[in-house]
Amino acid sequence: MLSFIGRSIIQKIITLFFVSVVSFLIIHLAPGKPSQVDPMNPKFTPEMVERFRLEFHLDKPLHTQYLYFYRDLFTGKTVSWKDNQSVLKKIWERFLNSLPLFIVGTILTWTLSFPIGIRSAIFRGGFYDRSTTFLAYLLISIPGFFFAYILIIFVVTHFHVPVIGMETFGLGASSWIRVAMDRVWHLLIPSILGATGGIAVLSRYVRSQMLEVEGQDYVRTARAKGLPPDQVHYKHALRNALLPFVTMFGLILPGLIGGSVIIESIFSWPGMGRMAYEAILARDYPVILTVNFVSAVLVLAGTFISDLLYLVVDPRIRL
Amino acid sequence: MTKVEKIEINDYQTTNHEFLAPRRTRLKEFWHLFKQNRLAIAGLVIFVLFFITALAGLFLTSGHDPVFDPALVRLQEKLRSPFSQPKIDTLMPHEIPTVGVYVMGTDDLGRDVFARMLQGAWVSLTVGFVAVGISVFVGIFMGGIAGYFGQNHIRLDHILMVCLLFAAGIFIAMGEFFSGSAFLIVFLASVLLLFRSMNKMEMRGMSKWYGILKKDTISIDTLIMRIVDIMLCFPSFFLILTVVALLPASIYNIMIIIGLTSWMGTTRFVRAEFLSLREQDFVTAARALGVGNFRIIFRHMMPNAIAPVLVSATIGIATAILTEAGLSFLGFGVPPPHATWGNILSDGKRFIFDAPWLTFIPGIAILIVVLCFNLFGEGLRDTLNPKLKERH
Repeated sequence: MLSFIGRSIIQKIITLFFVSVVSFLIIHLAPGKPSQVDPMNPKFTPEMVERFRLEFHLDKPLHTQYLYFYRDLFTGKTVSWKDNQSVLKKIWERFLNSLPLFIVGTILTWTLSFPIGIRSAIFRGGFYDRSTTFLAYLLISIPGFFFAYILIIFVVTHFHVPVIGMETFGLGASSWIRVAMDRVWHLLIPSILGATGGIAVLSRYVRSQMLEVEGQDYVRTARAKGLPPDQVHYKHALRNALLPFVTMFGLILPGLIGGSVIIESIFSWPGMGRMAYEAILARDYPVILTVNFVSAVLVLAGTFISDLLYLVVDPRIRL
Repeated sequence: MTKVEKIEINDYQTTNHEFLAPRRTRLKEFWHLFKQNRLAIAGLVIFVLFFITALAGLFLTSGHDPVFDPALVRLQEKLRSPFSQPKIDTLMPHEIPTVGVYVMGTDDLGRDVFARMLQGAWVSLTVGFVAVGISVFVGIFMGGIAGYFGQNHIRLDHILMVCLLFAAGIFIAMGEFFSGSAFLIVFLASVLLLFRSMNKMEMRGMSKWYGILKKDTISIDTLIMRIVDIMLCFPSFFLILTVVALLPASIYNIMIIIGLTSWMGTTRFVRAEFLSLREQDFVTAARALGVGNFRIIFRHMMPNAIAPVLVSATIGIATAILTEAGLSFLGFGVPPPHATWGNILSDGKRFIFDAPWLTFIPGIAILIVVLCFNLFGEGLRDTLNPKLKERH
């Protein structure tokens, strides 16, 4: 157990190192220099460009730049090229904005897809199963931005509530219940949009997992000895079907930072995805690289946690 | 061959057939199973229709004097709703739409949306197919190597050589041709040296140094799977967005980037299939017969490993079309002279209340095409599943 943990941590650190190198190379070998970002700006004189290059070590060779960048990142001194603010602080602020979206989206995904998947597995081939199957494919196939517009039009014309942004501007003096409802409306639609794909995929996965377990011998035995169907489905089958989903808890971790670029830009939500998008537009390399690095850390941590959970949950796995 | 003999042979074949189970070819069997999945059939039909539309779109909207001109601007006719009659007296003769009405309306510059949709169909189709083609190619290549040659180890001298080659490439790319070619010469010299010393390595006194160079490091399988792990660490849409934004905007860059960031799944499938196939008897038999490695890979193993690849490729096309639409929507997609469904929608979003058809027509078109690819892919998966085959 301990040796497994040690080995996999070492392996993940090596992977992380290569990820950092590759992302650094992608950014710096791509054509276009950050010093040419704004050539039309009269304040951007050659002296400014020179100072800029000196300040951010852009005149050094590539490997020195790499060392400087990651030294700054680990000591927390990285600053954005655009506004000289600390990158980690910026990311943290945006992360706090994205967090409610992520939490509501995850809760929606996990609470809705299980009942849907289980029900369509139990009534396999019936009307319910076929319609949820079709609906799931529909939700996977719909372009997120198109669905967002349909939902916005629907909500705005039927309920007459504003949904763009995090809250309605200038609502300060209203009663608290109004403010709370306003926040809920603003939060609900982007989270539903973020959750649709997840619900569709996860419910299909729950269904196939459930079907596989329902075909096992011990389920047939349970049914043959005359147990009530509910007990067979929920006690014998479901508990065993849940096994792979425990590990998926680890895999939702990367979603924390991913945010959705498209949904956040449609709803003007000042979250992570939008910050990354703005950083790409402004060629703000430190922000891009830091977001990339943090998300790689989260992916690796997520797989590590899911491996550990699998070890804990499934007694058949021995190392 | 005389007539009698022929009849005898025929006779022999027919009598022999009576003792065997009714045999269907693989394709017939596949079709028999596939027919029962109505959703998948619908997906296939729409896919064929889409393919024909896209081809027609290519021929009707390109060339010097196209039948439907997607780039023709008629400012006096902007934001006309679908099926509206053109105002003939305000238009030049060549500006009158080919079918007499604006089938799908016009956009904010008075361009015919129908013509733009036709052109966009071809763009979506090529983006989907080329991107998935690249990813399947890379995936099969990497997965095949990892699965078939995976047990072989990479030696230290291989790594050194690759480093030399890379250094040469980077120096030349940075414009320093002198040091670049110096590295290249060292690389070529060491290749020659290695090939020569392969034959008479014991005769030299340097065999100790040589032993260090020949040390095994990691197996090819480990190396490729670690590369896959590294690629999986990148948030994919963000990575695509970054690279597309940094590179000059062009339709080819988008295809290549989508392809190069989505091959990991295929690699894993192919590797897993190859690992189990290479232990099977028919591969051993082929090897015993002296069949070459590449013939074994492509003629004997690949047909058995292709099913999951086909499925993931079909679904990959759907994902690629969606990704392209998302990129176009954010303004990083295929640049302006080409119309794509993504950028028609993205241009139309400003007029969503005045001209909803500019949003809904491309949106629904993308939805239907992506849906048909997904349904077709899932149908393929169910049909190619060997567990299902035994039941019928």
